[in-house]
This record gives sequence, structure tokens and C-alpha cells, in this order.
Amino acid sequence: MDILYKAFIDPFMQMGAAPDLFVQTLWDGLVAGVLYSLIALGFVLIFKASGVFNFAQGIMVVFAALTLVGLHEKGVPAYLALAITIGIMFLLAVGVEKLMLRPLVNQPDIILFMATFGLTYFLIGFGELIFGGDPKVMIATQLGLPRGAIDFKFAGGFVSLQKIDIAATIIASIMVASLAIFFQKTRIGRALRAVADSHKAALSVGISLEQIWVIVWFAAGLVALATGIMWGARSEVSFALEIIALKALPVLILGGFTSIPGAIAGGVIIGVGEKIGEFYWGPLLGSGIETWLAYVIALVFLLFRPQGLFGEKIIERI
Amino acid sequence: MRAPDGPDVMAGEVLLSVANVSLSFGGVKAISGVSFDIRKGEIRAIIGPNGAGKTSMLNVINGFYQPQEGVITFKGKARAKMRPHDAADGGIARTFQNVALFRGMTALDNIMAGRTLKMHKNLFWQLLRHGPAMVEEVEHRHRVEEIIDFLKIQEIRRTPVARLPYGLQKRVELGRALAMEPDLLLLDEPMAGMNIEEKEDMSRFILDVNEHYGTTIALIEHDMGVVMDLSDRVVVLDHGIKIADGTPAEVMKNQAVIDAYLGVAH
Ligand SMILES: Nc1ncnc2c1ncn2[C@@H]1O[C@H](COP(=O)(O)OP(=O)(O)OP(=O)(O)O)[C@@H](O)[C@H]1O
Ligand SMILES: [Mg+2]
Repeated sequence: MDILYKAFIDPFMQMGAAPDLFVQTLWDGLVAGVLYSLIALGFVLIFKASGVFNFAQGIMVVFAALTLVGLHEKGVPAYLALAITIGIMFLLAVGVEKLMLRPLVNQPDIILFMATFGLTYFLIGFGELIFGGDPKVMIATQLGLPRGAIDFKFAGGFVSLQKIDIAATIIASIMVASLAIFFQKTRIGRALRAVADSHKAALSVGISLEQIWVIVWFAAGLVALATGIMWGARSEVSFALEIIALKALPVLILGGFTSIPGAIAGGVIIGVGEKIGEFYWGPLLGSGIETWLAYVIALVFLLFRPQGLFGEKIIERI
Repeated sequence: MRAPDGPDVMAGEVLLSVANVSLSFGGVKAISGVSFDIRKGEIRAIIGPNGAGKTSMLNVINGFYQPQEGVITFKGKARAKMRPHDAADGGIARTFQNVALFRGMTALDNIMAGRTLKMHKNLFWQLLRHGPAMVEEVEHRHRVEEIIDFLKIQEIRRTPVARLPYGLQKRVELGRALAMEPDLLLLDEPMAGMNIEEKEDMSRFILDVNEHYGTTIALIEHDMGVVMDLSDRVVVLDHGIKIADGTPAEVMKNQAVIDAYLGVAH
């Protein structure tokens, strides 16, 4: 009985008793969730366009952040470093297309998946070689990101919003929205969806697979850079950041590998669910909960909606 | 056979020629030393029993397959190698034997995708979606609506194509190819699996495209009646080899063709 009480009654009593804490937890979950959405979006874009599950997405976050901070350490002004990093992410996209995707075209998906492992280790080695392996501090203030917190009174208590979190949420939302609009509404977006639906039909109308691949890998690179800045600003820039990619997996399970809205909604659900779960059920379930809770949330959701959030089926490549 | 424009097509200039093309997949020889040409403005049928190499030939023409031997000359330019993108850019459009549509999109978006190479504005404008890109989008929409009217598929333009019956899917696929405003249209069994009424509609569309837009058409078809009605000239393949070439009346009389269709061993 006691355990049932602790699992099903007590957490809700706590929520009711301290609404300020509840709102604070919701907010923290939302911030994390938006970042999860962003990183899941990187996966979705690449998966849609090439059917490849990009194992390197996590390391791209680290690589982008490391390049940015590393350049700044070498005396490059912050905004210039940002511009150069964007350029490097573009070159990375071109390189991946020319050296990895093009030679492997028509190979089974598993081969491409393995190739992204190779890319992961290349980026780790290359990043360490140039910028060293030590953790670095994100140049958040130099990039004009705000510091400090806004506190406001709520239901007899305080809710505290870190300004950097507010900025992260806004920037990530803008990025997610513009990518979503770009891929839903423009010619390039139509081409991307075409490629996702049928390679041969896309080729027959003159869509260039190569061009689409460069665009999606570049978009995934930009997403990685944004994630690296935001996430790096909350902790530090090191290869440990790579684990954020693991957070995207439950988001993808939930939202579907090919759905942009799925990635957005899935990220927020996982982020909020995770923080709420950690805060209210954490004491009952013990520590370490944050490593697996996201997966449980995704699986529970799938029990009720087996087709995933938006019901788009996983598309077979032909 | 189509009498009226028969004579001038016979004298017409060559749009595409295939010379000594051979294609094999590992041990399987799909095409062996086939040569023929397609003249500007004609409807050229490619016929033959199952596995004759008809689809493979279309795949070679639009750059999906690279032949091991042979030369293909399109619009006077010979080439050893061509990618599908180059073929599309050069004015070759096609449909597929087993409909290949963008299943997640509406009929309209599918046909719109056929305009890909006609849209030239850069990414930046695409992103902003107004200014020139918007004007361009409107212009392309206009052309696409014309095609939709032509194919009489107004009611289904907003329907995701996966939900359409097979006959209409084939029509949408033709629309997508037409949206490319091709000089050469490759149709791989456009009437397969259709009922008589649908076949008649499709035949009408093919003739209209050929007559009104002057589009040259290469047509793979099993229905001999359709081939007789539509085509100016017919090339017959069997086991990857060309066994006959001529007007429909000529090839129907050809003993090798009759044998091939009756399954006589050779
Ligand atoms: N991608 C491929 N890989 C291996 N073999 C192939 C491939 N495409 C075609 N073939 C083989 O080449 C030969 C010719 O096939 P093709 O599809 O061109 O015939 P077809 O004339 O279009 O037949 P159908 O009337 O059945 O469509 C067949 O033996 C086929 O098995
Ligand atoms: Mg065929």
C-alpha cells in the first residue's frame, strides 16, 4: 500500500501543495525538451533524405561547439568564430556527401550506418587533434547570450527562469520553426520529401540527390552547432556532451524517424516528462533515473499510440 | 496506325539514337547490341515478351543504368555516360512500370515536383517565399493547373496520392512527367492494370500530348490494339535482342515477332 501511495498519490499531492515548484519543473522540462527537439530534428532530416541513421549527430554537436570555442581561444573574435564554424559545418556537409555518401550510394542502409560510426571517430580524433581534449567553457557571454535569472512570484513561492534558458528556448524554437517551414513549404523542402518517398522518381524529375544531401547535412550541422552552444552554456564543452544524442533516441521512437512535427512534439513531451518524473518520482525510483526515464516515457506513449505521435510509417527505401 | 502525320514523321529528324547498346547484370544479359532511333514528333512503341529488356532500355535512356557497350545520341550529342539528372535536364521525362509517385504528397505536389528543374531562383528567395520566388511559384502553379485540367484530375488534386486508385495514380504520374515539359517522354506500360475505359482515356491523353505539344514519345505496351492505334513505328525486343523494327503493320506480319509471342524456341 505504501508503495502505491508513493507512486500514485504522493507525487500529485506534492504538485498541488507547491505549484511554484511544479511550474519550475515544467519550465526546466520545456527548456530541455526544446533542445531535444532540435537534436532530434537533425536526425530526422538526414534520415528522411538518405535513410541513414546518423550515429555521428551527437559528436557533431561536440565538434561544432569545440570548433567555436577553440577558434575563440586562438584569438578569433566570437562572432567571426561563429561565422567560421558555420562555414566549417558546411564544408563538413560537402565532405560527407563527396567522400561518404556518394561512394556508398546504393549500398545497404547498414553500410551507411556503419560509415557514420567512422565519421564519429574521425570527428573525435580530428577535434582533439586541433583543439585538444580538455573540457572548455562555452563563450556564451561573448556571443551576446544573457546571464543571470529572472525570478517571479508565483503561488506564494518563486519561479526562477535562467536568462540563458529563455534565450535557448527562443532561439531553438525559431530554428525549429524555420527549418520546419523551410522543409514543408519550399521547393527544396518538396524535393526533400520527394527523395524520402522515392529515390528513383526523385531522380527522374531531375532532383539532385547530392544537392539534397549537402543541404540536409548542413542543416543538421547548424542544428548541432546551436545545440552545442546552448547545451555547452549550461555545462561545459567536452566530449561528454555527445550523450545528448542518446536523449534524441526516445524522442525519435516517440515522434517517428521521418516526422518533423513528431520531433518537435516528441522533444517537448520527453523533456517535460523527464523532468517531472525525475522530480516527483525520482525519490521513489532511486538515482540514475534520468538515464532511462525518457525511454520509459516513449514506450508508455507507444502503448497507447503504436503508430507513434503522428502516425507516419517508417518509409522503406527502394 | 496513325495515317495523317505518318509521312512527315517518317522523314523526320532523329531525336535519339541508340547504337549497339549492351547491358548486363552480372551474368544476366538484359540487352545485347540493340540499335534503333526515335524521330522527332513520333510515338515509338517498344514491345516484346516479359523480360525482353524493354524497361532496361528505358533505364539506359534516362541514365538509371550505364550500358557496358554502345553509344546513345540525344539531340545530336553522343554520350557514353549520363546521370538521371542530366537526362531530366536535357528534356527526358518518364513514368514507371510500377507507379513511382511521392506517396506522402498530394497529386498537386507530385505534379509540382515535376517543375523542379524549371525553378531557378536561389535558396535565399526560396526561404523568404516572397519576391521573385513567390511570383515564380504562382507561375508554376499556373502551368501545373493547366496539366491538371488537361488530365481531368481537378477533383483529386489535394488528395494524397497513396489514397488514389491505381488508374488515377498512373494519370498523376503522367502529369508529373508532363510538368517537366519534356522533349522526349518515356512511358513504361502506362495502361497496365487498367480497365478498357481507363485505357481509352490514357490513349487519348497520349495522343493529345503528342499532337498538341509535339512531344516525342517512347511507349512500352503489351496491348497490341493500343500499339496499333497509337504508334508510328515499333521496335520489338526479345531476350535482349532486337528482332524487328518498322511500322505496326510491318512488325505484326514479321515471322520472328509472331514466333517470339507464341513462344517458339530459337
Ligand atoms: N536491376 C536489375 N538487376 C538484375 N537483373 C535485372 C535488373 N533489371 C532487369 N534485370 C533483368 O534483365 C532482364 C530484362 O528485364 P526488363 O525489366 O528490362 O524486361 P521487360 O522487357 O521490361 O519485361 P516486362 O515486360 O516483364 O516488364 C530480365 O531478365 C531481368 O530479370
Ligand atoms: Mg518492364
